Amino acid sequence: MEIEFLWWRGCPSWEEALGELEEEMRVRGLDPDTELSLREIATEAEAEALDFPGSPTIRVEGRDILDPAHEPKGLTCRVYRLRDGRYSAVPDRADVAEALTAARRGDGA
Amino acid sequence: MSPEADLGRPAPPLELPDTSGAVLGLPDPGEASASIVVWTCNHCPYALAWHDRIVAVADEYAERGVRTLLVNSNDPERYPADSPEAMRERVEREDWTVPYLWDESQEAARAWGAETTPHVFVLDADLRLRYEGAPDSDHRDPAQRATWLRGALEAVLAGEEPELGATEAVGCSIKWKS
Repeated sequence: MEIEFLWWRGCPSWEEALGELEEEMRVRGLDPDTELSLREIATEAEAEALDFPGSPTIRVEGRDILDPAHEPKGLTCRVYRLRDGRYSAVPDRADVAEALTAARRGDGA
Repeated sequence: MSPEADLGRPAPPLELPDTSGAVLGLPDPGEASASIVVWTCNHCPYALAWHDRIVAVADEYAERGVRTLLVNSNDPERYPADSPEAMRERVEREDWTVPYLWDESQEAARAWGAETTPHVFVLDADLRLRYEGAPDSDHRDPAQRATWLRGALEAVLAGEEPELGATEAVGCSIKWKS
């Protein structure tokens, strides 16, 4: 499985999000060392080129785990909504888990 | 970042327009029992997540003579969600009870040493800095109820030094103009 973690150093939430992603991967028998690639976004040009909607962003099999349609692109902290509606700087763990499980089943994230 | 905050120093001046255009600032010494000044903004998930907790504290402690000001210093060219127009729309949409000040020149942020959104400052009645940092330890946990901010206020109102004088301000960096 191809899992990509895109992050920007200017937003401190990336470490927490990465740790949770790695845990959810291991729970599902996925190896972060071989199936997870990290990509640091350092410039606005990179953000533009990669359609980066803010840090952190997780893509499973090339698809964002959450629809970023309304997120502005660029070097910024990404605004997530947890499942109970609260704002967060990291995605809801349940959304991460669901995306990984769906991709394992082969029905897309 | 705050653990090296110069606690006890006099607060720098603060006089900025709010979303209605009225110029507001700190109270005169002795006019308020304490003051809360928070750098915040519209686009940052940390600021958004902590916002309700901060406003709840502002509302509760207003009854005890505490004044609160929220300040946005971000560059609106790079972050349009933080423009004065967006600030005004948000204040109206969410029916804010706390003034939201616009630091267009970013001079206030520099003078105060604000680095993140949110970045909380608590002043005593004499406008001396008594706490600086985060509202509490976890932006994702509303049960924290801005406990560090509350603790600082309780200490100041009791005439004591806050147990935690400074914590690390966690959030999005202030978006400086280039």
